[in-house]
Amino acid sequence: MNLDIRAGEFLAIVGGNGSGKTTLAKLFNGLLRPTAGTVTVGGRPASGRTVAQLARIVGYAFQNPDHQLFCSSVEEEIGFGPRNLGCTDAEVASRVEHAIEAMDLNHLRKQPPLSLRLGDRRRVSIASVIAMSPRVLILDEPTTGLDAAETKDLMAHICKLNREGSTIVLITHDMKLVAEYAARVVVVAQGRILLDSDPRGAFSDPEILRQSNLEPPPVTLLAHRLSAHGIPKDVVSPQELVLRILMERGAGR
Amino acid sequence: MKALSMRDVRFKYLGSERWALDGISIDVEKGEFVTVLGSNGSGKSTLCMLANGLIPHAIKGQLEGKVEVFGEDVLMRSVAELSTRVGIVFQEPESQLFCMSVEEEIAFGPENLSVPREEIRERVEWALELVGMKGYNDRAPSSLSGGQKQRVAIAAALSMRPAMLVLDEPAYALDPVGRMELYSVLRNLKRKHGMTVILAERDPEEAIEFSDRLVLMKEGRVVGAGNPRAIMRSPDRLSSIGVSAPQLAEVAALLSKSLRDCDFSFISVDEAEDEIVRSVLSGSGGGRH
Repeated sequence: MNLDIRAGEFLAIVGGNGSGKTTLAKLFNGLLRPTAGTVTVGGRPASGRTVAQLARIVGYAFQNPDHQLFCSSVEEEIGFGPRNLGCTDAEVASRVEHAIEAMDLNHLRKQPPLSLRLGDRRRVSIASVIAMSPRVLILDEPTTGLDAAETKDLMAHICKLNREGSTIVLITHDMKLVAEYAARVVVVAQGRILLDSDPRGAFSDPEILRQSNLEPPPVTLLAHRLSAHGIPKDVVSPQELVLRILMERGAGR
Repeated sequence: MKALSMRDVRFKYLGSERWALDGISIDVEKGEFVTVLGSNGSGKSTLCMLANGLIPHAIKGQLEGKVEVFGEDVLMRSVAELSTRVGIVFQEPESQLFCMSVEEEIAFGPENLSVPREEIRERVEWALELVGMKGYNDRAPSSLSGGQKQRVAIAAALSMRPAMLVLDEPAYALDPVGRMELYSVLRNLKRKHGMTVILAERDPEEAIEFSDRLVLMKEGRVVGAGNPRAIMRSPDRLSSIGVSAPQLAEVAALLSKSLRDCDFSFISVDEAEDEIVRSVLSGSGGGRH
């Protein structure tokens, strides 16, 4: 595999179960080390650096938030990382405030994290990663188990982080999520990168997606079926498809 | 006789302040495929577990109202008795697979009912074929993909020869191809076998195509029900219960709004292609090909 991620990108790594997407992401912060080849983080080789050192640059929020929550309050949970980094009390407090604000957790700060609803637990797990002030945030299937409203809410917070300069790496097999949020899509199958493009490019070839156990969203599939009638194949939203259909209808008259 | 009948049902989990189900009345006919839609906390799972007696027999709480499965009050029947009428499949296949081989997994239920060996063998083969996994008998469930595991879980429920199958967000952890495999099994159960099915979902994208009826739930109540086409005509009804409208429904609603002489109600890509080509694009494209 060869892959470069630029600072400030919003990247989705997509692939079916067992495609290697999580393995790939775990190389980014040293949770896994490559058998061969090199990983460079922030311009320097990762090989000489510990996970603790890399975690300051690359934060990793696990798919199951319960794997990383263990403190008795949300505040304490979020402060655990920076405290461990040796930050002063004042620095810990300011990072906790920043993370609580970023994930909108003020009303839950005294609650035990494991007693919260899944959507809230997920935001706490991401906040505890944000408190490490990483420049890169890896989110492993962050919307699994969330309903439509919770997903929208979480993604709004993630987009804000991205606008403020964080690099976002989203690991997912939810194609609608990718279409809506990612600027770049890396399709992984059987441990290899099959495709690296924007969502339009990625969705325009269903065969490549299927090799990775993925399927374009229904609206893109419909656009493919209508391509003989002049509809482009790279449509990614219902609004766009309807616009294209109306334009084509106008042209036909 | 209804497959499932609930009358004014309320249920509160032990130790909880909130009614998980808060006055539900619902009937499911034999052979009907009902998809229950709702966001997290709407009461879908509670409804599923009531339908096979796990509530209140194994999961305790305060139950009011009447729940009948094939004419029998669930309170009067044990979970073991009900398990021969109602099969259940949960979100995560891992939580219900525990044997060393696929065959043992599927045979486990009927073995516990002391079904004769020859018939168990027949049931295993029948169930494997039904879920499209013939020949996987000796495979370890742990070596299978998510979609395959979930299909084994369905086969294990089917080997009890239930009259009704209840599935609680079975596609939860599956990738898109796993989802397609799962839904094609459900489509077959409906079309070829006429099985009575209750499917709880928070994403209706695939299930609308072969559901007879959608039931919309919010905060423990049924807030709407109807055939998929009717509900898809107003995607707002779904967003109001925290469920995202299928993309095709959005396309249909937007097109119908923009073209006053058209009224679309497609619920599958095939139908959408047909209807759009026929009534909107028939004049275009031809010259180019």
